[in-house]
Amino acid sequence: MDDKLGKLIDEEGRRVDGRKFNELRPIKIEVGVLKNADGSAYIEHGGNKIVVAIYGPKETHPKFMALPDRAILRCRYHMAPYSTEERKPPQPSRREIELSKVIREALEPAVKLEEFPRTAIDVYIEVLQSDGGSRGAGITAASVALADAGIPMRDLVVGCAAGKVDGQIVLDLNDLEDKEGEADLPVAIMPNIGQITLLQMDGLLTIDEFKKALDLAIEGCRKIHQIQREALYRKYFGTSEAEGK
Amino acid sequence: MMISQRGYFIENLRKEQMLQLLAKGKRLDDRGLLDYRPLKIEVGVIEKAEGSAKVSLGDTQVIAGVKVEVDRPFPDTPDKGLLIVNAEVLPLASAYSEPGPPDEDAIELARVVDRGVRESEMIGLEKLVIEPGRYVYAVFVDVNVLNIDGNLFDATSYAVVAALATAKYRKYELTENGELKATDKYEKLPITTVPISITAFRIGDVILLDPNADEETLVEARLTFTFDGRGNLCAAQMGGSKGFSKDQILKIIEIAKLKAEEIGGLLRRQIGYG
Repeated sequence: MDDKLGKLIDEEGRRVDGRKFNELRPIKIEVGVLKNADGSAYIEHGGNKIVVAIYGPKETHPKFMALPDRAILRCRYHMAPYSTEERKPPQPSRREIELSKVIREALEPAVKLEEFPRTAIDVYIEVLQSDGGSRGAGITAASVALADAGIPMRDLVVGCAAGKVDGQIVLDLNDLEDKEGEADLPVAIMPNIGQITLLQMDGLLTIDEFKKALDLAIEGCRKIHQIQREALYRKYFGTSEAEGK
Repeated sequence: MMISQRGYFIENLRKEQMLQLLAKGKRLDDRGLLDYRPLKIEVGVIEKAEGSAKVSLGDTQVIAGVKVEVDRPFPDTPDKGLLIVNAEVLPLASAYSEPGPPDEDAIELARVVDRGVRESEMIGLEKLVIEPGRYVYAVFVDVNVLNIDGNLFDATSYAVVAALATAKYRKYELTENGELKATDKYEKLPITTVPISITAFRIGDVILLDPNADEETLVEARLTFTFDGRGNLCAAQMGGSKGFSKDQILKIIEIAKLKAEEIGGLLRRQIGYG
């Protein structure tokens, strides 16, 4: 492990898992994986394995939380105790509480909440195995699950991170790159509307590096958006988008 | 008094008035869109704390206290001291604040402020070691919001930074048989830089800084950038439920960079740093 440090990108520009700077990890999305949920999706993004369920629109409990003019969106991002190298205690950590909030705010602009006054829509994101970029993968799967639940949406939402590793701006950091790298910039966008709905950053970047990383993350989101569309096509039309019906 | 405490009808009148003003680039209190309210920082306000600061940003009031204790290091960083930032909005801070454990807003606030301090490497944690793997100094910063009138992220960040930059802690040493002993020496924390956080807010297409609570009722999205005092970005956090366009984000970086220099100068002068 130690002799790997400082060498996250080799002379030919290959990263620890063999990717180029602008290459995504393998991504697989499945729609409608849980019978009981109103909508659901499963995503594998690199080592991330995440299942998302949507319940609602439904009556709001507790009642005082209901809003007269729109639905409320509630979101729980949670990591299973066995999802990490070391066991993660099952109760939500401060990190999970913060991520639940920013993920909810990333999804909210896409959902037509005004069509369901006084109701609640619950989004449950369960990380079964975690790798770098789990919040982005969670958002990607959650918006597909919302679409699967038949909830009217303005756009899908896609999440993907960029960052800085060994002095280079790279796309879609894995666990090791996230931990040992210099900076991480998770982003979520609504690709058709062009709005950025999640942006966080930690680590050190110059302003130029930030702009470069933002562009790269948006490019990654657009590629993942195609995979989201394919997954929905497969579920609802039994065929891929390119083949048509 | 915040508008949310007035009746629904009055509240909407006030909101309409503010929106009309904003469309002309004006604000109710005559500030420009990018002007901060008066920033006042008092340090050393709590004698029993190793460091402390009380910050007023207009009518927003925040107090931060630093306590330094000897603790065990984390297993994966045996040669580094600890930094723990915690934020709480006290029940006395507004008519709508309630007692209880920190809610998601307070947790987000603490984590974003923590990220700015940590990622800027403001404190040389590697210098806060007594014996690697065994004894290190743990720096606890607890921030309390005393009165809410908008822009809590920036006010909280300035209070934490001011309290840390002026803190003095008691040195410990190891005796010959390896026991921990307190000395009479006090030292300043190993401060390397002063990070500055600037939060921009979007109301429609208008970008403004440092809104008060009335203006915050109109805010659609929020974006905080923290600069590390050496010209780099070290933390960012978007909030609210409407997002930003890419052009708006790029514009905010330029605004925030300039503003960070201005506020940074103001803050450093008031705490006598550098």
